[in-house]
Amino acid sequence: MKRIVSSAVLLFAAATGVSSMCDAADVPAAIQVLRSVEPGGVRTEPARKAVSSLVESGSDALIPILKGFTGASPLAANWLRNAFEEIVAAQTAAGKALPAKELEAFVLDTKQAPVARRLAYETLRSADAAIEARIIPGLLLDPGSEFRRDAVALLIAEAEKAEGPAAVALYRKAMSGAVHEDQVQKIAEALRKAGETVDISRHFGFIPKWMMTGPFDNKEEKGFAVAYAPEKEFESGNPNLAAEYDGQLGKVQWKPIETTDDYGVVDIAKQIENYKGSAMYATTTWKSDKDQTLELRLGTPNAWKIWVNGKLVFEREEYHRSSQMDQYTVPVTLKAGENVISMKICQNEMTQEWAQRYQFQVRVCDQTGSGVLPKE
Amino acid sequence: MSAKMVCSFLVACAISNQLVASDWKQFRGNDANSVAAGESLPTELSGSTIAWKSPLPGRGLSGPIIVGDKVFVSCSSGYTQDRLHVLCLDAAKGTKLWERQFNALGRTQTHEKMSNATPTMASDGERVFAFFSSNDLLCLSLDGKLLWFRGLGSEFPNASNSLGMSSSPIVIGTTVVVQVESDAESFACGVDTVSGETKWQIERPRAANWTSPTMLPAVGDQPALALLQSSKGITAVEPESGKVMWNFEKGASTIPSATVDQGTVLIPSNGLTVIKPNGMAFEEVWNAGNLGPSTPSPVVVNGMALVVNNSGVLNAGKAGSGERLWQLRLRGPFSSTPIVANGYVYLFNEAGVAFVVKPTEEKGEIVSELDLGETILCSPGAANGALFVRSDKHLFKLANP
Repeated sequence: MKRIVSSAVLLFAAATGVSSMCDAADVPAAIQVLRSVEPGGVRTEPARKAVSSLVESGSDALIPILKGFTGASPLAANWLRNAFEEIVAAQTAAGKALPAKELEAFVLDTKQAPVARRLAYETLRSADAAIEARIIPGLLLDPGSEFRRDAVALLIAEAEKAEGPAAVALYRKAMSGAVHEDQVQKIAEALRKAGETVDISRHFGFIPKWMMTGPFDNKEEKGFAVAYAPEKEFESGNPNLAAEYDGQLGKVQWKPIETTDDYGVVDIAKQIENYKGSAMYATTTWKSDKDQTLELRLGTPNAWKIWVNGKLVFEREEYHRSSQMDQYTVPVTLKAGENVISMKICQNEMTQEWAQRYQFQVRVCDQTGSGVLPKE
Repeated sequence: MSAKMVCSFLVACAISNQLVASDWKQFRGNDANSVAAGESLPTELSGSTIAWKSPLPGRGLSGPIIVGDKVFVSCSSGYTQDRLHVLCLDAAKGTKLWERQFNALGRTQTHEKMSNATPTMASDGERVFAFFSSNDLLCLSLDGKLLWFRGLGSEFPNASNSLGMSSSPIVIGTTVVVQVESDAESFACGVDTVSGETKWQIERPRAANWTSPTMLPAVGDQPALALLQSSKGITAVEPESGKVMWNFEKGASTIPSATVDQGTVLIPSNGLTVIKPNGMAFEEVWNAGNLGPSTPSPVVVNGMALVVNNSGVLNAGKAGSGERLWQLRLRGPFSSTPIVANGYVYLFNEAGVAFVVKPTEEKGEIVSELDLGETILCSPGAANGALFVRSDKHLFKLANP
């Protein structure tokens, strides 16, 4: 249906042509053309014409364009951004004022798309540096991670100048909005130095407890594609944690494993063993208080697959090209109640020192990167 | 001198400038061989040869390209490097003419030394193409209008590398040739320069690869070919159709890229291997195990093949035979591929020191040095008597005062 709507919009654009979209009345139609842009570089001509018509409309089109970001695909958002930037450039070159009051109101409207709000903010900031002090402190818990980052940075700077309980309070406040690893690390370091307890893992929503079984054969990296018994159970959505399997080195069972690492790293090599040429399976449950779309963010130097409630949501066969927090982002839909999150982690047989890590970290967060905890 | 004569003189100068005006339209120049043909660049580098230094809004290893009187360069910024920037500057003054930003659609993570803006931009003279580690490929008009945007990172979400991607696109005819190669998924494709649609797409070896495609220019009735390098070797394809013409299968490096010189291809393979293609086939000309390049790709000047090794030593061999000629110790390490102009070689080390080297068959001699004081990992561009090079912070123009 989405494709049919898109085609209809494009047909409309083709039928009306450029000239008929050159007045303000056609701004919504032009925006809809941009919102309907499809991947693959197909039929981009109507999009180009739509941008031109929006530029012709001048600053009147700015707020409608920004509102058009809501619900738009990231690809469409880039087309909208280009139209916005072109209008701003043209207005600036002509010495014409931008609708600053409306733009600032848009920045503060947290129901609008964070990317669009940020675009409006940066446009205003280029002409009015004072906007930062005016609005950023109020955006600590903003739906946009860039706004949060700025607000956290201001609080950290303030905390660094303060002492004792005042500093601790400022760092605690900063932590409440922090979603980026470097800022959380800095805040945690300061708080711990002050004798405070900080649970970084919980802050980020890392999953510390898993059930694991293995090893299974992954010699010559052939095991990645093999669906061993636990994998077949994952696909049924109901792993049997009482089962015993024929593993690579004999019979294997499910065993609990827990990590106390700040960043939720389950270190198979250290906590179990660095079985070369092997595959391990892990599973856990995550209780959601409602149906919701969240993100699973992973970090691992090993090849991996991940299932949610029996559905394979992503797989990647790459070994030892670094491991970082939030290395991969997988959007998932979780249902109210218990959700089964299962993983396959594969180690290869590389002998280099830098190729010995066998580990993974998984967290649940929202789109800002703010950790989401399971229902207790 | 009468007013009429002055006027004629100025017109003549203008025409003359037009005639000598040159472009640097892609990674390693128009022919992707690092040769600034017909250019006479400053050989005595000093503070006074810094014509201008313009601030950049983000990091990048991408080199500048020059089209007419404009310089283009890409950057990335933001905590996750998801902000993509394309800048256009006035080549004469260094002033920003326009900047456009986009949000990355693909994965933006890279090794800390790399950046999302690692691949160098390309141009067909009428439009510019920016490519990023996130596999976002976008096309803008010379005045900043978005013409098309391909999120190859979202179209093919497994074709990424956690250390970052660096392959720079090249333009041959009406095709942008792009290599997107990683351990998890690999392909190369030809994208229509005008529409942004895929003309062809071929599978590539599933292995990490940071090399860039290069071009084998048309000779007689043999059309230009795109040379795609990987750990397996070199695959020559027709840029219009993606048809594979021949394969060199003796393996090749996954970092420095092959260079074409007078119908031969210098391949970073088992040191350096030179082949001579002919239609659907090729013959191997020579191999020199002691001429292996590190990160910078090989260049050829005055019949000499030059490579920079891991120790920061410039190695010279005869381009016709591979016979070692001399070595010149520079201060490495180097990530940047050198430029050759008017018999001189221009190299930038990672610390930001520029070296001008005069190579002869007997020796290589450092003619001048200039410390720009900022990390330089990109390969420079050259046009209209000037060198353009970027750091993480600035774009520099080096020219005679």
